[in-house]
Amino acid sequence: MRSKAVLSDPATPDSPMGRRSFLGLGAVLTGSLALGGKPAIANPAQESPPADAPWSQSIGAGVVDRPYGRPADTEASVIRRNVPWLTASAESSVSFSPLQDLHGIITPNGLFFERHHAGRPDVDPAQHKLMIHGLVERPLLLTMKDIMRFPSVSRIHFIECPANGGMNWRAAQMNSLQFSHGMVSCAEWTGVRLSTLLEETGIKKQAKWAMVEGADGAHMNRSLPLDKCLDDCLVVYAQNGEALRPEQGYPLRLVVPGWEGNVNIKWLRRIKLGEKPWHSREETSKYTDLMPDGTSRGFTWLIDAKSVVTFPCPEKPLDGPGLYEIRGLAWTGNGRVKRVDVSVDGGVNWQTARLHEPVLSKALTRFSLPWRWDGRPALVASRVIDETGYVQPTIAQLRAQRGSNSVYHNNSIQTWQVKPDGSVFNVQLA
Amino acid sequence: MSSLAKWCGGAVVAGLIAAGAAGAGPAESPKPAVTEKSLPKLGLGREALPEEIAAWDTDVRPDGKGLPPGRGTVKQGDEIFQQRCAACHGEFGQGAGRWPALAGGQGTMRADRPDKTIGSFWPDLSTAFDYIKRAMPYGNARSLTDDETYALVAFLLNLNDIVKDDNFELNDKNFTSIKLPNASGFFEDDRELAEKKFWGKEPCMKNCREAPKVTSRANELNVTPDGKSGPKVD
Repeated sequence: MRSKAVLSDPATPDSPMGRRSFLGLGAVLTGSLALGGKPAIANPAQESPPADAPWSQSIGAGVVDRPYGRPADTEASVIRRNVPWLTASAESSVSFSPLQDLHGIITPNGLFFERHHAGRPDVDPAQHKLMIHGLVERPLLLTMKDIMRFPSVSRIHFIECPANGGMNWRAAQMNSLQFSHGMVSCAEWTGVRLSTLLEETGIKKQAKWAMVEGADGAHMNRSLPLDKCLDDCLVVYAQNGEALRPEQGYPLRLVVPGWEGNVNIKWLRRIKLGEKPWHSREETSKYTDLMPDGTSRGFTWLIDAKSVVTFPCPEKPLDGPGLYEIRGLAWTGNGRVKRVDVSVDGGVNWQTARLHEPVLSKALTRFSLPWRWDGRPALVASRVIDETGYVQPTIAQLRAQRGSNSVYHNNSIQTWQVKPDGSVFNVQLA
Repeated sequence: MSSLAKWCGGAVVAGLIAAGAAGAGPAESPKPAVTEKSLPKLGLGREALPEEIAAWDTDVRPDGKGLPPGRGTVKQGDEIFQQRCAACHGEFGQGAGRWPALAGGQGTMRADRPDKTIGSFWPDLSTAFDYIKRAMPYGNARSLTDDETYALVAFLLNLNDIVKDDNFELNDKNFTSIKLPNASGFFEDDRELAEKKFWGKEPCMKNCREAPKVTSRANELNVTPDGKSGPKVD
């Protein structure tokens, strides 16, 4: 039964669709029509299974053995990690999501990357308040109970720290998918449209900007144009079906779809409307992008289109020649991902990958492409095109524009070098 | 684009970007037939009282809006700084260990390794007042009085050679007369214009380039933490 199921899988070369795509793939990606390797057949061991394991002969743990479930013990290495040398303290620092171990587009809540500027506070939701004031008709003070009575919406959006990949501006630095790209995660957020809350206060005509501020010890404050606030921003209290995790802003955070993570203020306590931006520390000293002529871009809110191959990657080497599926993630702050191309020869030739549904606006999008690896060295890379026609640039193109000191917004094409032994390395090309 | 005026009057460009993004593809979600604006107010929450707003409303803008009445001298600031700030930021604001430097680095923005401090990089003095009052000292935020904050900002101006006189007093009246060296060093996000070449061209699919050369390898730097040795899971 098992072997039949494997053989009838549409992804194997024996189905008409599969064979077509493999022939095409062989021609483009390896430059040869000869497929060489054997077709994928079930492992003979699977046809005569070994003796029943203990778990097949006994009774397992009962319900509510774990009232709040957790992953299998054998998944213990699937965790957030940090880079100790990167920051002066763990409380104003970042942890990276283990993209190499994840599937689909939703990041499990316990693995969503963290970025704090004064640690993770334990906020009492009974005491937490949201104040909306400034250029409004009626300043408001809202409790969590009030906020949860407003009309609600749920949306799936990524949040990416604009420093994601920042360590690779000068050269390939982190030999790891988790550390080079793990400052992006994606969740279903539930809460209230920011426009609903602002309209409840009555927006004065002169108001053009909103200052948003957190309740933690950093009291992070950022200026946002009112247009964006009224467009698609959300004030959320839930993440992937449950209350926000403390490290994601419990009990309340802002979600600013498609814009740099820093503006998605956590532990949100105050929104003030005004006619000008505030030039707060996080939009002057930080989150400004130094250019080669010594001046800096400010208010670089938008996350440009970006993609990365999540398999193979340094943490997940190849296990000998044969069939694999190159897999990855793509996203863009501009809206939807339109197409992803994959190369296995460092960008000489490209082949369009399959996008996996759902393809949502300002959300992570999965892609995949079958690959028969011949055991020779390869340079694996992906390139996304979004619905505005933006094509993900190379690091050389970005450096030509911005130099190497802009810290943020490195959305360049990532290349993984595959060596004949199957090991995988972060490299940059010229 | 690279003018202070554009940076300060950012609403125009911001609106353009927002409009561009929204007009570029299908709208994210259809607008409800009855907008929330046309509905009667929901009547949730209560009005924030003036004293409640005053307690949290400490933000200061570049034009000085939000500055509280108060004053402090360089000398007073030096004393407070040595007690409450120097352990992390160094006696002269040079930064202790990995902690941020607050002074120095002027003229290094085009250097291979720029040294970004208040004196070399920050555009607005208001940011220093706002940030110190809001978030410093690290681990004891919102513990400084307005006068202490004025004094600390005065001392930071002195550390950065922007104010030379030890007896200089910074207050809410003279605050906006002081300009930082890098005030004109910022401009509004111009990616849609300056990086226009990244849009619209159908990318090459076959024989796009010569065989690439690997120019840098992360494993040679050997600074990647060992992925297997993550923090313990309980």
